[in-house]
Amino acid sequence: MNIYHLDHLQYLETEAIHIIREVAAEFERPALMFSGGKDSICLLRLAEKAFRPADIPTPFLNVDTGHHFPELNTFRDRRAAELGGKLIIRRVEDAIRNGIAIPNPGEISRNKLQIPTLLAAIEEFRFDCCIGGARRDEEKARAKERFFSFRDAFGQWDPKNQRPEIWNLYNGRINPGEHMRVFPLSNWTEMDVWEYIRREKLEVPTIYFSHRRTCVRRQDQWLPVNDLIPPKPGERVRELVVRVRTIGDIISTGMVESPADTVDDIIAEISAARVTERGSRADDKSSEAAMEDRKKQGYF
Amino acid sequence: MPPSSSPPASAAIPANHPVEILRFNTCGSVDDGKSTLIGRLLYDSKSLMEDQIETLERSADITGGGQINLANLTDGLRAEREQGITIDVAYRYFATPRRKFIVADTPGHLQYTRNMVTGASSSNLAVVLVDARLGVIEQSRRHTYLTSLLRIPHLVIAVNKLDLVGWSEERFLEIRDAFESFLPLLDIKDVKFIPLSALNGDNVVDSSKHTPWYNGPNLLAHLETVHIGSDWNLHGFRFPVQWVNRPNNPRNASLHDFRGLSGQIAGGIVKVGQKVMILPSGLKSRVKEIWTLGGSLPEAFCPQSVTLVLEDDMDVSRGDQIVGLDLLPGMSTDLHAQVCWMNPRPLQRGRNYYLKHTTQTLQAIVTSLENRIDIHTFEPQPDPAELGMNDIGEIRIKTAKPVVYDGYGTNRLTGSFILIEQGTNQTVAAGMLMPPQEPVRPEYNDFAI
Ligand SMILES: Nc1nc2c(ncn2[C@@H]2O[C@H](COP(=O)(O)OP(=O)(O)O)[C@@H](O)[C@H]2O)c(=O)[nH]1
Repeated sequence: MNIYHLDHLQYLETEAIHIIREVAAEFERPALMFSGGKDSICLLRLAEKAFRPADIPTPFLNVDTGHHFPELNTFRDRRAAELGGKLIIRRVEDAIRNGIAIPNPGEISRNKLQIPTLLAAIEEFRFDCCIGGARRDEEKARAKERFFSFRDAFGQWDPKNQRPEIWNLYNGRINPGEHMRVFPLSNWTEMDVWEYIRREKLEVPTIYFSHRRTCVRRQDQWLPVNDLIPPKPGERVRELVVRVRTIGDIISTGMVESPADTVDDIIAEISAARVTERGSRADDKSSEAAMEDRKKQGYF
Repeated sequence: MPPSSSPPASAAIPANHPVEILRFNTCGSVDDGKSTLIGRLLYDSKSLMEDQIETLERSADITGGGQINLANLTDGLRAEREQGITIDVAYRYFATPRRKFIVADTPGHLQYTRNMVTGASSSNLAVVLVDARLGVIEQSRRHTYLTSLLRIPHLVIAVNKLDLVGWSEERFLEIRDAFESFLPLLDIKDVKFIPLSALNGDNVVDSSKHTPWYNGPNLLAHLETVHIGSDWNLHGFRFPVQWVNRPNNPRNASLHDFRGLSGQIAGGIVKVGQKVMILPSGLKSRVKEIWTLGGSLPEAFCPQSVTLVLEDDMDVSRGDQIVGLDLLPGMSTDLHAQVCWMNPRPLQRGRNYYLKHTTQTLQAIVTSLENRIDIHTFEPQPDPAELGMNDIGEIRIKTAKPVVYDGYGTNRLTGSFILIEQGTNQTVAAGMLMPPQEPVRPEYNDFAI
């Protein structure tokens, strides 16, 4: 390797910075989706790299399902304030109250209800582009996702009719009412994300690290016990040393037993891991095509 | 599906070990074994996780009569599963301690050219699969031609299903000779032929005992070691300005007059103090600072993303290009290019499009269709009436403003463009520019210095 050579993280970084700047230059009202999770933490650092010393020109947007881990929201609010960004939060609860999101009777998961809430926020602020932290290696249906993912006036993704994406020339042209989802981390793997967090010394919410928590065994995984999922009679309840690998809602995020309490430990754990990240999220398991269905409707 | 016999390459990356990325694409016709091959690479390099294997097993019961099908790993979408074909480009990731791999899996049916161009434009390497029973077929020629057209620096011809021809060296050599008869017509620098069986894993991750006559590396070993250090252009500094960095009311007073030019270096190396020219204006200045969040750099190179501060305060905006003075690019409103047409509505003379080149998007009109390539013979046929979906040909374009460019063969980033249809906003063509007739001759001399 000569000195004019980028290693894998530097390559992924320059690719992502390029994409984020394209968004800033080509869209009128972009937003950056920030949940406080590890992928969007990387996204924020990349936005800093893309735009400093100027301010980050996009507001941060988060759809709060009301079922978030409290640690995550605290982190989200603090980090947004530290970066001097404007944080816009739209709540599924409000969307339900306003009749924008309609829950199925008996369904407690807020997962599907994020979709109408997000689309309403896009309409409210007339966002023409949302930058998100999704990665192609997360799930099979995402493997075909473009960096610039076009959404029609109904917010839908049409996997059969995607724009060819060639070299680093992204076509961001849209008509009124349409919008774009842009995924600068498309080529990153879970390992890349953690290696980047280590290299950049990024702070992450404490729930990624090992801690004690009371968990209940359900659907072959350990779910955190809380008001929304009280243990039912006969269910196995344990106090375990756990962490989260990927953060979804508090009712569906599987806790993995782990002693990893530093980023180095986590990286070592992933190297040896035998279950992919999304494997610990209950909502994807229901059917093989689950993710694909949600994406077509306008999921992140 | 028998697991491979020898220990797998570990997916673990030792801390602080520099790891490069190699991007490759696989191409072949339907049933040549692309999906099986990628599945094999993921499986044998232990990049498959338990839940993925579980999913694989679950769908094996439904669709595969109980047999695990490695190809299912890369066939992502429901529509495809229903039709039994892959319809677009899918990306896969795996790693060994030496390299990380980004794999673009492009399907081999009729839309092939469009998909391959989409998947392969940034590849370091292309793997062209050939079914050993069928040998070189029209698709093999097409894939090889596209590899050359896109200037993918490295090519692997993977002669697959060798188990079905009794591991015959003779058959392998026959196929190699057939390729070598037309390779000289093309522009490919590095070609490697590897005999393998994707289904059984021979010469994919482990060298095969069935091919004692083959002394070369197995596929993964080749992917891990092929030299990609010079795949980026390091000659002739090119910096398309992407975004003007101008802090509003900065809290830090020293940034009050900060005016940075942000972008990704598209060619060459830049150093602090270096004299540069801004095009199309032709004004000159010097680089005062190479600003990054992590601190200023003494020099930067392609493809880094940086923010340049120039010594003189000049009017520079998105779409302008800052270039080194040693190797000047071309600059013109009349462009000559090879295009690959990607839309069902054919390309005709006189039509208007948006042309996106580096960071600028311009109005453009197609002034003539020079030829259309016959994919069987690689011969150009002059004066076609139109270029249809998946056709490749040479065209001339006039743009509303000058384009600062290099030939695609010299620089893939400053030598490429896309055409966008007005109204539908579809990306309809990938374009590769012919080298400029002469370098730019700016009207202004040392005006700004
Ligand atoms: N005997 C044999 N069969 C193979 C080999 N590679 C692939 N196949 C079979 O060829 C068929 C097509 O393979 P697939 O990977 O789906 O091809 P694709 O259309 O190129 O993705 C499947 O039935 C595979 O099992 C091989 O090396 N040997």
